[in-house]
This record gives sequence, C-alpha cells and structure tokens, in this order.
Amino acid sequence: MKENTNIEQEKMDLYDDSEVALRTLSVLVENRPSVLSQVARLFTRNGYNIESIAAGATHTEGMTRLTIEFMATARQTTLLVNQLAKMVTVHSAKQLNPAHCIRRELALFKVRVTSADQRNEIIQIANIYRGSIIDVSNETLTVAVIGNEGKISALEEFLSSFEIIELARTGTLAMERGKYSINDASKEHGEFEYGKSIL
Amino acid sequence: MLLTGAEIFVQCLLEQEVDTVFGFPGGTILNVYDELYKCGKIRHIRTAHEQGASHAADGYARSTGKVGVCLATSGPGATNLTTGMATAMLDSSPVVFVTCNVASRMMGKDAFQEVDITGIALPITKSAFLVKDPADIADTVRQAFALARSGRPGPVLIDITTDATKATAEYEFVPRKQHAKTGPLSELIRRSTTSSLKTPEPDRGDVDKLVDMIAESKKPMLICGGGVVRSRGHEEFLKFARKMDAPVAVTVMGGGGIYGLDPLVTGMIGMHGSKASNMAVDECDLLIAVGCRFSDRVTLDVNSFARNAKIVHIDIDRAEINKNVMTDHHIIGDAKHVLQMLNERIPQYEHKEWKDYVFSFPRETVYDDVKDYLTPKQILETMSDMCPEETIVSTDVGQHQMWSIQHLHFSYPGQLLTSGGFGAMGFGLGAAIGAKVGNPDTTVIHITSDGSFRMNCNELTTESLYKTPVITFIFNNQRLGMVYQWQQLIYGQRYSETITEQSPDFVKLAEAYGLGAKRVASVEELKEALSEAFEYEKKGIGYVIDCAVRADELVRPMVQNGKPITDFLIN
Repeated sequence: MKENTNIEQEKMDLYDDSEVALRTLSVLVENRPSVLSQVARLFTRNGYNIESIAAGATHTEGMTRLTIEFMATARQTTLLVNQLAKMVTVHSAKQLNPAHCIRRELALFKVRVTSADQRNEIIQIANIYRGSIIDVSNETLTVAVIGNEGKISALEEFLSSFEIIELARTGTLAMERGKYSINDASKEHGEFEYGKSIL
Repeated sequence: MLLTGAEIFVQCLLEQEVDTVFGFPGGTILNVYDELYKCGKIRHIRTAHEQGASHAADGYARSTGKVGVCLATSGPGATNLTTGMATAMLDSSPVVFVTCNVASRMMGKDAFQEVDITGIALPITKSAFLVKDPADIADTVRQAFALARSGRPGPVLIDITTDATKATAEYEFVPRKQHAKTGPLSELIRRSTTSSLKTPEPDRGDVDKLVDMIAESKKPMLICGGGVVRSRGHEEFLKFARKMDAPVAVTVMGGGGIYGLDPLVTGMIGMHGSKASNMAVDECDLLIAVGCRFSDRVTLDVNSFARNAKIVHIDIDRAEINKNVMTDHHIIGDAKHVLQMLNERIPQYEHKEWKDYVFSFPRETVYDDVKDYLTPKQILETMSDMCPEETIVSTDVGQHQMWSIQHLHFSYPGQLLTSGGFGAMGFGLGAAIGAKVGNPDTTVIHITSDGSFRMNCNELTTESLYKTPVITFIFNNQRLGMVYQWQQLIYGQRYSETITEQSPDFVKLAEAYGLGAKRVASVEELKEALSEAFEYEKKGIGYVIDCAVRADELVRPMVQNGKPITDFLIN
C-alpha cells in the first residue's frame, strides 16, 4: 500500500525507485547546536550529495526551517524523510511535490565594470531580470536577483560575457502552494510523534 | 540549592532511582567520580575496559528493563564506548552513556584526551547532548533518561565539559514522576499530544482493519520480534497467537517473546531459520510481524519474501514501515498495547490444516546421534537440563550464537542477551556481568567461542572483583567458526585467517583471574564441570568451561545472503 496522507502528494508515487531526480525537502527543526549536522549526516550515511541547503529562522521562536535539495529516487527520499521525521529535534519533514511548490533563490553577482557603457549594459540586463543593483564602486557593480535556478543560470550566462568576480547563492527556498503547510497535522505526522512521546 | 555540576549530575541519577552504574574513571570525569564516592548511594562497577562497561550497562538494561548507565572519561574513554553505543542502538536497548569532555575553553584545540564524542555518537545514538553549563545538566539528564526509555528505546549520550562539573548552579530535586511537567520534556509532551490527530493510542481504525484481514486469512503467520521483548508484551503475544491459532516464527531479537517450546512456535526465521519457519513464511497468506524490522538476516531476498502474503507491520517506530519490505498495512504503537487491543477484538480461530502443513517441516535441526565426541547440540542440551529454567543467557556472535538461539528455549523477555543487530563479538561477557549485577539471584551463563571470547576476556577481572559469578561456555573449535563456515561453503575452502589454533590456555587464563575452570571433551566431563561451576557460583566465583568442539560443525540450515528464504544452501 502506498500512503498518501496529503492531497498534493496524491499524484506522487512515494515509493517509486526508477528515476533519480532533484528532490526538495522542507524540514522544521529546533534551533539547537548539532541539529544541522544531525540532519546532514543522514545524507552522508546514504551517500547523497546535497545540491542546496538553506536554513533560517521562522515566525516561531526557536524553530529553524531547512530547505534541502538533493538527487535521489522518490523511494530513497521517502525513507530519508522518515528517518528525519523520527528525530526528536525534527518537528516536521516533508518531501515537496515539484508540481505543487514554489521555489526561489537569491543570487548576488559582483561584476567588474571598466566603462560607463558596460555599467549601463549590466544595469539594463539586471532590469530585464528584475534584479537590483545593490552595491556600486568605481570598478564593480553588484546585482541581486531572485528567481528559480533557470532564471539565475540565464542571468549568469549573460553576465559571464563580463567578468564575474564573485557569485553567491542562498540555495533554494521552497514552500507548498495554496493552503497547505509543513505544519499540517496528518495521521502520519501523529505516527511519528507517537514514537517520540514519553510513555 | 547551589550545587556543583557533578553534584547535580549525581542527584539526577538519584532522581532516576539509579542504584548501579558501570564505567571507568579518568581525568576529566574526576569530579563526577569524587561525587559518587561522597554520595555512597550508587554502586559503581569498574570494568577492565570501557567497552566492557558499555556492554555491561546494556546487558543490565536488557535483563532488568531499567535504563543502564555507563560512565567514561573523555577521548579514548569515550571512543571505547562507541561499539557499545552502536550495539544498544541496533538492538533498541535503553542505555544512558555519560562522558566528560575537556574544559569548554580547551575544546577545539586538540587538548589532551579531547575528542568530539557527540559528533561521533550522532549516528549511533538516539540523541547526543553536549552540556557546557552546569545549569543545563539537570534538564539534560532528565531528558536523556526519558528519551532512552521512551518510544523505541535506545542509547543516549550526555557529554559534559569538565568545567561544567566543577562550576555551580541552582538545583532542585524533582522526583521522576514530575519530570514530564518540567523543562524541555514538557514541551516534547505538549508536541505529541496537542494535535488532534496525534493520539497516544494506536489508531483504532488501523486495528479494526487488521481484525478484518485476520478474518479473511486462511493461512496466517506471526513473527515475534524484539519489540515484543522490549515492551514486555510476551503474555499478550501468547494470547494473540493462541487466539489466531497461527504458527509463530521468532527472530533473534524476539527470543523470549514467546516460549520457544510452545506448540505454535516454528523456531527461528531467516538465514539460519528452521525449515518450518522459512517454508511457512513463504506460503502464508497473511504475515503479521510484531516489533520486527525485517532485517536482511530475516528476509534475505526482500522481493520474494512472503510473496504470497499480505504483510502487516506492527511497530512503534514509524520510520521502519516500508523501509526494508513493502507492507500492505501497518499499525503504529507499543507492541503490548496493540496486542491488547487486538486480543479484545478477535475471536478464537482454528487453522489446523495450515498448522499441520507447517509443522510437517522440522522446527529444529535434527542431528545424528554422536557418542565419541562433543557436539554443540549436546552442550546446549546439557545446559538446558542442568541450568535453572530462568537462567539468563548471554551470547557473543557467530556459530555458537546461532546454535544457542536455535536450541535453547527462552521463556521470558530479557532472558536472552545477544547482539543481534550490530553483531558485536565481545558483547557477551560484559553483558553477562551486567545481567548478573542486575539479577544477583539468577544464574547467568555466557556462551561464547574462542574467537569472541578473546575479544573481551579481560572482563574476567571484573567478574572476580565484584563477585558476579558467570558461567562461561567456550565453544572452542579453534576457528572463527561462522566466517570459516562461509569460507567452507561459499569461498572454495580457502580459510583466510580463520584458523585460531594459537589460542591461549583458557583454563589457565581463567584461573589467573581467580575463577574456576575446566576443559571438557565429553558430555560426562561437561556435566561434572557444570556441577562444579554451580558450587563455585554459590561461593560467588565465576567459572569457565572450555568445550572442545570440532571444526567441521556447521550451523544448519543455512540460506545464503540475498537468496530466497526457502533456497537452503545446506539443510
């Protein structure tokens, strides 16, 4: 029996082992020392390489939300999510359905400019990508842009005709569309909490 | 009240009603040992090696059902615990490991005997805590004990910096019953009970669905796993099996979950499982696995495992569901609790035809009658005949372990102590000492082999020092038997590094530690030695019986790793 406890994942076969693809996880953890390494070591144990990881505070004090992207099959991901979900410091762990989530990333490009023409050209390109110039010096421009990896890669390609001095990316942030959230109670969530409760 | 960190720690052990701890002192943990000395209410068992202490605390926990406690110093003291941690983790045994690290200002500077033990322990513990502030000690210890014993039990590490054991903080004694209302524990409980869907009870709908599945089944089969033992649900399990009238296969960790000679028991399942168990699991139409994680030693080839059956998994750990074997239904809950609910809901069934079929296969390997030398079966039979019924059996890992589990018949949870998941050779003696400390009035025997025994035989010194008499049986075939067996059957008899003929004289070795010992080569000699061992036991002195076993003895039957469960390599 395949379990599908939330509506969005109904179309996703959580135990399909045929295709390795980019998977996106949202994990809600307590902000404590060693939590991040505890989460990361599950990826090490299984030999998965983390493509992107982003961590930040949430609206609840003491809670951190992680967005992790890595390459694996759906089944491998499900087993990994289960191992995450049983950890005491993990409040929720969810595999996001790519068809039903929003994914965004922020990238900063520091580009060398040698002439006013170049400067104008870069500002124009940045505008096309709805990026903003957040720092200027005599020799450089720093462009900030938000988007999915396709958009950021496209901008990178454009800017590479100039000299990119530095590129920094936040890693993907993701969230489900619509009313669903990582905190949604489900039978499965309860089942994981059962094992953690003090008997 | 203002106390030092070490004082708080010892008070916290008293809160947990701990009366026995195992360990080995060292530089950074001096303050704690000083406090144990001054307090005088906690018995400390100092082993020869920290690994021995880790297994002893584990054996104590498994045999008593209480949380075991194991102390060690920083650096090598801490790393020596890791095999014990992993063993407790894989077999879900509740042990709290406590190490003291170097002073917090020295951390990360490669100080003398410094190691990041919390980092090392993360994959092999349920939780690992680093405490640098004495004010955090009490909450951490309370949480560690609760975590170790709750849900699926397991090991928890607390690493306290040595300066935190010296500095002072406010402390108030809180009895254990009130811990759930204080500190981080209350938050954990709030989390697991506030959501409407999070019930502390197994889901009734899930249980009812299984009741329906049972009603439809003609050929049901049960697996008794370690979860039955950990939840002490043996009575409920027996009742369930009787009502189902279904054959029961037992895993290595399930030993003691149901009496081994019960007419419903088909014996061990898996790689060295009985024909009855393996054939039944292959043919049943409903397989209900209680507290078992479908380890590769049980399932072998997962794709053909129980291929005709609907598989139902009852487990406390949600992450085990569909991990190794895809199941058709599951119930999350404590085995004892779920079985109680099922027993209330199912009628009495009868499956005579199916049982007759299953029990037409042998549930135990039958050996030829041999007179002129000692066989493993004879040793185990003599043991069963002469040892009291409630004898606790601790084993090491290898052929002797499989023989013991196949031919000794356990009757209650905690009677069998074995490293089933991690398979740590050297587990047995430490575990046996721990069990004897926890059960001083029960006979404890330790079954080992020459290979396993040499790993941690230094713990004989602990046995004699604390007068915790254990009767050790060495199945001495001068081989690393299990590996030797694989080499014989699978590796073209190329015996790479498995012949151990240069073993020490185990009789002299035991005597050097002040224990009784005898070498035996026949059933008569064995009986004499065992009678003498019981005399020694009464005097508080352990005994080692070095049993000569032939090198060509095999564990039968055997299914090769990854092959279908009925594809026996040898019978």
